[in-house]
Amino acid sequence: MSEIPTSSAGSAAGGMSQYLRNHMRDYGLLFALIAIMFFFQVVTDGTLLKPVNITNLFLQNSYIIIMALGMLIVIVGGNIDLSVGSVMGFIGALSAVMIVNLDVPVAATIPICLLAGGLIGAAQGYWIAYWKIPSFIVTLAGMLVFRGLSLWLLEGQSVGPFPKSFQLLSTGFVPDVFGVGRPNVTALAVGALAALAIVYMGLRKRQRNSAYGIVDEPLLVFIARNAVISGALVFVAYKLSTFRGLPNVLVTMGVLTVIYAFVTEHTTVGRRIYALGGNEKAAKLSGIRTERLTFLTFVNMGVLAALAGLIFAARLNTATPKAGFAVELDVIAAVFIGGASMSGGVGMIVGAVVGAFIMGVMNNGMSIMGIGIDYQQVIKGLVLLAAVIFDVYNKQKQR
Amino acid sequence: MQKILEMRHITKTFPGVKALDDVSLQVAAGEIHALVGENGAGKSTLMKVLSGVHADGSFEGEIHFDGHRTAFSGIGDSESLGIIIIHQELALVPLLSIAENLFLGNERARHGIVDWPETFRQTEALLAKVGLREPPATLVESLGVGKQQLVEIAKALSKDVRLLILDEPTAALSESDSQVLLDLLLELKGQGVTSIIISHKLNEVRRVADTITIIRDGATVSTLDTHRQPVSEELIVRDMVGRDLSQRYPERQRMAGDMLLEVSHWNVWHPEHKTRQIIRDISFHVRAGEVVGIAGLMGAGRTELAMSLFGHSYGQNISGSVSLRGELLDTSTVSAAIGGGLAYVTEDRKELGLILDESIHRNITLANLQGVSSSGVINQAEEARVAESYRKAMNIRTPSVAQRVVNLSGGNQQKVVLSKWLFTTPEVLILDEPTRGIDVGAKFEIYSIINELSAQGKGVIMISSEMPELLGMSDRIYVMNEGGFVGELSASEASQERIMSLIVNDRENG
Ligand SMILES: Nc1ncnc2c1ncn2[C@@H]1O[C@H](COP(=O)(O)OP(=O)(O)OP(=O)(O)O)[C@@H](O)[C@H]1O
Ligand SMILES: [Mg+2]
Repeated sequence: MSEIPTSSAGSAAGGMSQYLRNHMRDYGLLFALIAIMFFFQVVTDGTLLKPVNITNLFLQNSYIIIMALGMLIVIVGGNIDLSVGSVMGFIGALSAVMIVNLDVPVAATIPICLLAGGLIGAAQGYWIAYWKIPSFIVTLAGMLVFRGLSLWLLEGQSVGPFPKSFQLLSTGFVPDVFGVGRPNVTALAVGALAALAIVYMGLRKRQRNSAYGIVDEPLLVFIARNAVISGALVFVAYKLSTFRGLPNVLVTMGVLTVIYAFVTEHTTVGRRIYALGGNEKAAKLSGIRTERLTFLTFVNMGVLAALAGLIFAARLNTATPKAGFAVELDVIAAVFIGGASMSGGVGMIVGAVVGAFIMGVMNNGMSIMGIGIDYQQVIKGLVLLAAVIFDVYNKQKQR
Repeated sequence: MQKILEMRHITKTFPGVKALDDVSLQVAAGEIHALVGENGAGKSTLMKVLSGVHADGSFEGEIHFDGHRTAFSGIGDSESLGIIIIHQELALVPLLSIAENLFLGNERARHGIVDWPETFRQTEALLAKVGLREPPATLVESLGVGKQQLVEIAKALSKDVRLLILDEPTAALSESDSQVLLDLLLELKGQGVTSIIISHKLNEVRRVADTITIIRDGATVSTLDTHRQPVSEELIVRDMVGRDLSQRYPERQRMAGDMLLEVSHWNVWHPEHKTRQIIRDISFHVRAGEVVGIAGLMGAGRTELAMSLFGHSYGQNISGSVSLRGELLDTSTVSAAIGGGLAYVTEDRKELGLILDESIHRNITLANLQGVSSSGVINQAEEARVAESYRKAMNIRTPSVAQRVVNLSGGNQQKVVLSKWLFTTPEVLILDEPTRGIDVGAKFEIYSIINELSAQGKGVIMISSEMPELLGMSDRIYVMNEGGFVGELSASEASQERIMSLIVNDRENG
């Protein structure tokens, strides 16, 4: 064995194509999102990226993205949760019954509902973590149970409408603190700040990695990637600013995404979850309390499903027995499109979010084009399959 | 003699690593050809190239088998020519019977319906050939590793093998099981089967090999014909590591300090069968700076003892006490045991020691994440620094600590596991078969690390099936049989014979 210098200036071109080939999955995902957006932008005659539609995209997909955060963690930990759609529907129903039928104040309902979600997650996680019952089975049961309980709670009827204060959860917008209104300067400023923060943190990480000789991406790729991401952020912020500004859900979603990305990538808890999914026995013998950790991933999932349920109910302004039906499939698909592995231990928050956007843009674009729900399902299914095949193919080639 | 195989100028590169650099190998028909070299030298890779695991086109060079140029695109192609490889990791299905495993993918069937009588008949014939007396319907799961190896060989024989490749077949076997396997190889040679064997056990290599090819750093160093010249182990070692290695065990100041670890009346029952006692009333101690060996045959319960001590990771109904420096130690959970100063390097590094898909640095810090984090946030610069320092100190061969562990050779993986546990700064380190599958040079390095730890006043408990290693390293040896300690020998009184006689006596009286 001899070591080949990997980051010397002389072999920059070879190093770059080599690097891209090894990280095809990560960049491919971003490319796929851009390509899909470009495609729909063209075939919908520019409707896709109109400010109204971008706003709609966020409103429509926020609950999927929020649940994808929790689902990624569950899947990285080596499990799966099929119950999230039903739990989301159930919590929506619970909130409607409390607020509309029982006149409980909104400020009390929201924490109670989140707590209920956590308890549901705990109830399922208990059997999975401590009794070693496969998560597929426990959550399949949960899916049926909570679908039934929503029906029972709502007595088969839709319950609504909600008071204004509750609707703000989903359809409200952050007011322009600079008082201009249109363009909404707050939205612009937040977009620009986020872009700056991403570039700054990227630079810091790069410096650190090169100091410790951990092979890093070639400079050109680094610049291109950051240009695309920060450009996209500023672009979206600009578009939003010419409409009604930042939707509240976008803020919730953005903050949660940052928190979860940080937790998974930079904290000991995050690291332990990857270890748990990567090799449970080894993790256990390294002193990680694997049962408790598995349990907590489900509690977390329950809370996020509850939040998604509240947001969804607020957007529709009513709770229906059908709410959340089959949503778990979209959430799970987003996580797998985002590069997570079925066997656990692999996957990233950013990937799951991008995966969710890919699904969202396709849903939205195809609806604008007037493609029937039948074809939409077929196309989404094929995209999921293609993404996973691409994954497997890539892995084999690396050997 | 006629050549059955010629590999010419093979070069194979992985991202960042040149695993093989212009290697040539010639194997004569009907011989046993040994392939030796340090960990990471490229032995397994060369055999993967030969058998089509690394498909034609993914490497440079030519392979000629039986005078024909080959271009395998997968393992199926090489098997159809009679080249059968038995990998370092066994590939049997545990919950199927011996007969089902033997003919897996190659079933004796008529119109898709399995002909069981025929299958069983042929299985019996094959088992007789390899000298395994087990009914064909036995589940593979219930066989020991040694017998599983024999099943693998029987499976190879069922495919009209012409060239049999064995990658470290005896690494996990006891001495007597190894003997059986080597005898079988010699017998097969008599029947005209050519074989290539990879091994780190040089005495075995000398015993069976007609030709020995030595690989170092991805290149062929020398080829020795054992019939033309006497080949000593020293000669092989010199070519392997590129320098003379005059002793196998580094010198050490033996000194036993204060009492460090005391285990008393330790009892453990089987995790599933409540009534089966696995560990019987064991008491022992380790002093500061002492290396204590635990000898015993396979199945004596050594691993079970270690695992039960380490956070009750094995068994149920555990009773007894552990104390460190006179103070009672809580070992009821792994994190408590680690916190109390114990570390346990597992026997099975792939299943229990490593997260194969993760990088080296993430593996090294896993058992002591607190060491590189503050209030739950990992300092990744610090983590990289720690990993880098272990890479240097332990001489882990890799282009970068960001490399995934699965891509390392066996010996380097073992060094990663050791680094991981050293980073927890243990008081007492339990090593379970620490040098399994490791080359002589790396063994020496690991022994040196053990000595260094003991010089620092730490205690080391070493479990090993290699008697010479136990005798060479330990200050004191406990002999274990059927779940209990049957004797204790000091370094000066210990010998292979004394250990065996203690075990045999116990068997006769018990
Ligand atoms: N898939 C892979 N990707 C990257 N590097 C690899 C891969 N497989 C092997 N290597 C590297 O190639 C070199 C040779 O490895 P190989 O497994 O052939 O060694 P070996 O001689 O069999 O060692 P051991 O005695 O420890 O089994 C090592 O440095 C290893 O890290
Ligand atoms: Mg090998």
